[in-house]
Amino acid sequence: MSHVHPSNSESMQDAQVRVELLSHPTFISGVRELVSSICRRIGFSELCCGQMALAVDEALCNVMKHGYEGREDQPISIGMQVHEDKGGNDHSSIRIVIEDRAKQVDPKSICGRDLQDVRPGGLGVHMIREIMDDAIYEKREGGGMRLIMSKKNPSQGASCRLPDAGGGQSHG
Amino acid sequence: MADSTLQVGFETQGTAVVVSPQGEIGYSEATVFRTWLRKAHDAKTPRVVVDLSKVDYMNTPGVATLVESLQIAKKSKTRLILCGMNEKVFAIFRIARLDTVFEITPTAADAVAKA
Repeated sequence: MSHVHPSNSESMQDAQVRVELLSHPTFISGVRELVSSICRRIGFSELCCGQMALAVDEALCNVMKHGYEGREDQPISIGMQVHEDKGGNDHSSIRIVIEDRAKQVDPKSICGRDLQDVRPGGLGVHMIREIMDDAIYEKREGGGMRLIMSKKNPSQGASCRLPDAGGGQSHG
Repeated sequence: MADSTLQVGFETQGTAVVVSPQGEIGYSEATVFRTWLRKAHDAKTPRVVVDLSKVDYMNTPGVATLVESLQIAKKSKTRLILCGMNEKVFAIFRIARLDTVFEITPTAADAVAKA
């Protein structure tokens, strides 16, 4: 069995699920629920499902806020391709592609900020890279940007990785 | 289209203002949330408590409003205490390495009672 891996040469045409939406924030929650629901069905833990939905949410927020600069009537395409574990030694995985027609930026310039610098904003890309196994930004031919993300389900019984707890603060 | 469905409770308990958002704090709701947090700081109580026990979901625009609120608290020498986070919301703070930056308690009662 093979896993779904991101590839710069692949695009939306491989998607098993496609969603087209306008760049209005109202639609983000619907996409989040779709991602979470599909991930749950292919065996990801609840925490993983929530985190992958968050990664997609952050990516859409970035497109709407930075790519389209708040314009709410611009096109965004989302494609998903799953590889479902049928009980062998393999694990389920998902590949999610987000395409827009927004202004192009150098993919190398898209990076999370230094977390030691505590200030509002700039956390979205960090979240995406922490949550997903791969997150690749690229310029689309003809305009716009593409983000290709993938995640393999962690081993059975394991949940999504979180950074080690910090300074001993209580949490209920 | 409605941009925000966030409901926010706001009350004074002793020396603390308790802000209690209810629902999701995402891209659309962050602006509304910011307004309530600023109102809490304007009350100039020694502590601002943000009870997140009724928040099902938060993304980084929501977290950013809390970081902004923390900066206001530090400048005005008051305390900002977060409480009641569910596992998913707390995970965001962990991933952003903010779990050690904020003062966090399990419940609002703990936060209000905290000296």
